[in-house]
Amino acid sequence: MYVYDEYDQRIVEDRVKQFRDQTRRYLAGELSGEEFRPLRLQNGLYIQRYAPMLRVAVPYGLMSSAQVRMMAKIARDYDKGYAHISTRQNVQFNWPELEDVPEILAELATVQMHAIQTSGNCIRNTTTDQFAGVARDEIIDPRPWCEIIRQWSTFHPEFSHLPRKFKIAVNGAASDRAAIEVHDIGLEAVKNEAGELGFRVAVGGGLGRTPIVGSYINEFLPWQHLISYLDAILRVYNRYGRRDNKYKARIKILVKALTPEVFAEKVNAEWAHLKDGPTTLSAEEVHRVADHFIDPAYRELADLDADLAKLDAEHPGFARWRQRNTVAHKRPGYVAVTLSLKPTGVAPGDVTDKQLDAIADLADRYSFGEVRNSHNQNIILADVEQQQLFTLWSELRELGFATPNVGLLTDIICCPGGDFCSLANAKSIPVAEAIQRRFDDLDYLFDIGELDLNISGCMNACGHHHVGHIGILGVDKKGQEFYQVSLGGSAGRDASLAQILGPSFAQDEMPDVIEKIIKVYVEQRTDEESFLDTFRRVGVDPFKERVYAANH
Amino acid sequence: MQRIIKNGQIIDETWHLLPKDATLDSLSNCDDYIVPLALWVEHSTALKARDGGLGVWLEAGEEIEEIADDLDNFQVIALNFPAFTDGRHSSTAYLLRTRYGYKGEVRAIGDILRDQLFALKRCGFDAFALRADKDPVDALKAFEDFSEVYQASADEPLPLFRRRA
Repeated sequence: MYVYDEYDQRIVEDRVKQFRDQTRRYLAGELSGEEFRPLRLQNGLYIQRYAPMLRVAVPYGLMSSAQVRMMAKIARDYDKGYAHISTRQNVQFNWPELEDVPEILAELATVQMHAIQTSGNCIRNTTTDQFAGVARDEIIDPRPWCEIIRQWSTFHPEFSHLPRKFKIAVNGAASDRAAIEVHDIGLEAVKNEAGELGFRVAVGGGLGRTPIVGSYINEFLPWQHLISYLDAILRVYNRYGRRDNKYKARIKILVKALTPEVFAEKVNAEWAHLKDGPTTLSAEEVHRVADHFIDPAYRELADLDADLAKLDAEHPGFARWRQRNTVAHKRPGYVAVTLSLKPTGVAPGDVTDKQLDAIADLADRYSFGEVRNSHNQNIILADVEQQQLFTLWSELRELGFATPNVGLLTDIICCPGGDFCSLANAKSIPVAEAIQRRFDDLDYLFDIGELDLNISGCMNACGHHHVGHIGILGVDKKGQEFYQVSLGGSAGRDASLAQILGPSFAQDEMPDVIEKIIKVYVEQRTDEESFLDTFRRVGVDPFKERVYAANH
Repeated sequence: MQRIIKNGQIIDETWHLLPKDATLDSLSNCDDYIVPLALWVEHSTALKARDGGLGVWLEAGEEIEEIADDLDNFQVIALNFPAFTDGRHSSTAYLLRTRYGYKGEVRAIGDILRDQLFALKRCGFDAFALRADKDPVDALKAFEDFSEVYQASADEPLPLFRRRA
């Protein structure tokens, strides 16, 4: 993974000093709350329902075991002993004291981490595929490009006060596990006929209040021009994005208002001034960064299909887990393993300090000392030897990470919701738990198959409900917490936005509602048809009829 | 008399910043004025004929392209920030310095606070009229916030990756 040099380290240490002084001035009354607010937000610090929430940046989800141990230490020393993996692959702490934050940042800096631009109206953490570098369907490793974007976006002087937050995602594989089409900018690595690398550029996708799938404005941007082109997009947005209404301030509104064609013309006109200038990327720089992402010291191994199949036969639990929680690796004899942070009864994505320490140890022993956070709020050991898989499984079971539900209905994406977040209209964690309890039968869960169930506690959509095959949105109905259900969303290559089912439901109705939806699917599906495909074929009506039948 | 930051020093303000509704009648011949864009657009000939110094100021939504051909007439271009979180004129300053080659003073006015100065200076501002309740002496410390930066901007034509040892 990328290792800071003296320049990177100095910038992060300067930031610690700067924020320490900003916090001091705020506590001394020299900065008003209003003046301090954007400063703390650009350092990932929210003032929440019960305490500040600190969001630590995990660039494109990648962490070393030393960094994971630091997460454990912060959870222990400054929080209530746990942390939360966010849907932007970051790590959140729900209970730090404001006064402690400068010290937390100083500790983070010792392991090359920070909280820069994890919130606020600026360029946020660039995200990518959690299987980057190991996926079999990968065309290009997106991580060097994410790191190049990270450096470009860190304290970009011109784009530090954008109309609204700005999110970039990069995909380098055949499947899109980075949901690039629902980002402000989505970059897809592609090769042209001459075999040269470039990016297909989408803009104006996003969730939130006005969910939109992004529009492609450039089919092939040669890699050398990535930064100058991003500068051009951001400059057009910074100058012309709406600032009169925060709900209409995202770039998607500007792209829609201008039309993607006109927006692309504006970007190209701006880019014409920048193209081939000093920000043009050099092969040296790309190599310098990419050298940090070369393959670890893989051993020459063979796939162990027969041995693993034998273990499957002897241990049905292992077979199940292997089916759901492991992914094929580009190297023979290796496999990528997802640690499920979604056992029933634990808030999705929450992990304790002890578990984090244990994960760091597992990473050191099984996976070259690195882990990845996924936007699905799980943690991945990307480089596990197949011959160690059974032993690892036993350890994961002890630690509570072996719930074989990755990609299934109970692998719920869920924001912190009304239990923690001051923006939320409704709680989300108890709804997730009630649904997990209802679907606790593993046979049934496996029979239902691939299903993304996403829950957001408000329309800011941190739980990505618009792109869940089943999406749940917490709404406020005359001061009561209600839940609106939508169906048919997808964050994949065939991205689509979910369609609202109908009037919202009370919290205690939710497990029944989901169960009815699933029953309709099970009845309607053809042999191998997934929930999403069935929904796309039969439409919303059969679901609507069943769910609202009792109310008629 | 207001004190402003100019090239990292605190100096006494000698220019008169005219309000949006200012008219020609209120102007003396010899004083230095920063006039609103509308006044310049309407009375450029008369303004050019004066002996005093001339500057212009732009509201956050006003575009520099409108006066791109007039820049030689101004010793000062002031850019107003209705709120310090409104970043539009960061782009304006960048364009003034890099695209239009403007060499005069680019001044940040309005809701200008210490913690924005480092980035604004990078974009090409060389003068800062802080919000009236803020101490410019204290704000000077902002220029020391960072000892290294990643991006190219108006202050540094080369991104860090072209400067790394």
